[in-house]
Amino acid sequence: MADFVDSTESRSDEPQVSGKKPMPPGQVFIRHLFLILISLTTLAPFLWMVLTSFKPMNEVSNLNPIPIHWQPENYPEVFKQIPFAHYYFNSVFIAAWTTFLQVLTSAMAAFAFSRLRWPGRDQVFRLYLATLMIPGIVTMIPNYAIMVNLHLLDSYTGLIVPASFTAFGTFLLRQFMLTIPRALDEAAAIDGASAGTVFWDVILPLARPGLITLAIFSFMGNYGSLLWPMILVKSEGLRTLPVGMMFFDSNYGKATNLIMAASVMNIVPLIILFVVTQKYLVKGIQLGAVKG
Amino acid sequence: MSSVTLEQVVKRYGTVTAVKNLDLEIRDGEFMVLVGPSGCGKTTALRMIAGLEDITEGRVRIGEKVVNDVEPRDRDIAMVFQNYALYPHMDVFENMAFGLKIRKMPKAEIDKRINDVAELLDISSYLKRKPRELSGGQRQRVALGRAIVREPQVFLMDEPLSNLDAKLRVQTRAEIIKLHRRLGITTIYVTHDQVEAMTMGDRMAVMKDGVLQQCDEPMKIYNEPANMFVAGFIGTPSMNFVPVTLRKEAGGTFVVDSGTFILDAPVKDAATLEPWVGKKVILGMRPADMYDRNLKNPVEATEGNTITVDVDVVEPMGDVCTLALKAGELELVAVVDGGTQVKIGDKMPIVVDLSRAHLFDPETEKAIV
Repeated sequence: MADFVDSTESRSDEPQVSGKKPMPPGQVFIRHLFLILISLTTLAPFLWMVLTSFKPMNEVSNLNPIPIHWQPENYPEVFKQIPFAHYYFNSVFIAAWTTFLQVLTSAMAAFAFSRLRWPGRDQVFRLYLATLMIPGIVTMIPNYAIMVNLHLLDSYTGLIVPASFTAFGTFLLRQFMLTIPRALDEAAAIDGASAGTVFWDVILPLARPGLITLAIFSFMGNYGSLLWPMILVKSEGLRTLPVGMMFFDSNYGKATNLIMAASVMNIVPLIILFVVTQKYLVKGIQLGAVKG
Repeated sequence: MSSVTLEQVVKRYGTVTAVKNLDLEIRDGEFMVLVGPSGCGKTTALRMIAGLEDITEGRVRIGEKVVNDVEPRDRDIAMVFQNYALYPHMDVFENMAFGLKIRKMPKAEIDKRINDVAELLDISSYLKRKPRELSGGQRQRVALGRAIVREPQVFLMDEPLSNLDAKLRVQTRAEIIKLHRRLGITTIYVTHDQVEAMTMGDRMAVMKDGVLQQCDEPMKIYNEPANMFVAGFIGTPSMNFVPVTLRKEAGGTFVVDSGTFILDAPVKDAATLEPWVGKKVILGMRPADMYDRNLKNPVEATEGNTITVDVDVVEPMGDVCTLALKAGELELVAVVDGGTQVKIGDKMPIVVDLSRAHLFDPETEKAIV
């Protein structure tokens, strides 16, 4: 132990032979200042939203972001003026189901594209990937037509099913699954496992960071979805939060403080989701950059 | 337990042939080692037996049953992989129980088998640990345990010791040998390490470029290599190969002449040597069959078995000493007794045990004697 301490101490006295030279303090300050300014540009709208949500109506257009008279009553007021809780439930319910189905279908497709051998596999995968190049707005009308034919307009199913498949998710999970050693599938096959068992008992548990990353992306995307629910839903009972807030905006056009309060409450689940799953998200984003 | 038979097995990847017309019979309960350099097709052959690779041509039988189209899970085999392939998200118990659960074995039976095998392999105290919490040697034993609990007809092992350090490798090698003796299960073991091949197998099959070179008991292969590849691959340091001309002397004795030295021919069998008289052949001498004449040797020095060489490098290892020698332009290696007093730059007489030397056909590289 003593040797270890000694060697560490002596090492700190030695001149640095390799590695970068430490940055001069002035340069460190300038770099940090730049980073802080960049951070502020992303943080400022968020802060503005939170502060405005506490302002009385007559202070909303005031350029001073800090409320002079704090009005936390805006929050309960939101629940009084619109069926906010119900919209909340719809958003979470639809986003949760869509997320679950997207992760499941993407994982199954990714497994087929990464672990199973079948003729034309790579060609089909490329074709599937090519669908990423088609903007969602282009398929909106055909999707709507399908929903009409299936009598799924104005229903939870119509909101959930079309969003349950994603080429991006398949790609993300395929790349992740490619990093899992093939010897594990082979060991499982020799142990007696079918392809289904390999998928369920071996690959899925090991792909967890990838699944969580996709789940976060998927939940965020679907939770904030506006266009498809707006087109598909007529009845008020099926409105999601973004759609509901749009109606809220037109009914109470000048109640910007209430809109801001609703927005703050809208993003709370996303913030919680992000904080809880942050380490997986970062790991997932690094996929492909760092193998294994 | 069961025998494994490969009949004219071929494996092609596109235009590349990885295994060529392989005929091999592994007897019931036998420990067979497939050995050869990287890319020789030994692992491919093993994977075809496991069912992890399709067989392009030929047949593989396990027992009496042809298994070409049988799924790996239905072959009643167990395999130990080079990188162990333990399921990282399962603990040791779950890893070992995985195959048994799939076969719907009663829980009590699973518990009993795992506990018995864990005790056998001395891994009982790790049963609740994840593979990442184990050392390389422990993981290796878990991988063995996972194979053993299945009580399969055949064990397949793909370089299972290659990720272990030298000391642990020796220890685990002995454990596997003991385990095989105890369980008596037919085992096919792939390695590129000739020491493992020599020490572990009842028989070994030496492969090169997808072709089986020789299959026999290890010492038989060491003493009677079928060709120059086998002779050079088995044995450390490698056999010395010297191009020589075979001559018949006036008295009727045969000698080999390298241009630098003349030695008696390795055998006296006139019928075998006669066709080669006056022709170029390759003389093969193992370094361990070359002795320092100045020490006490099992071989009596004569004019016909002694050559004088220059000492180029001396590597004392304690009990033995490896010498790099030069005889004119020829470079030779000898492993002599550790008591040798030679130094770099010395001229020394070397006695060759010609009864253990070989002659090879330079064109076909096959052994003449």
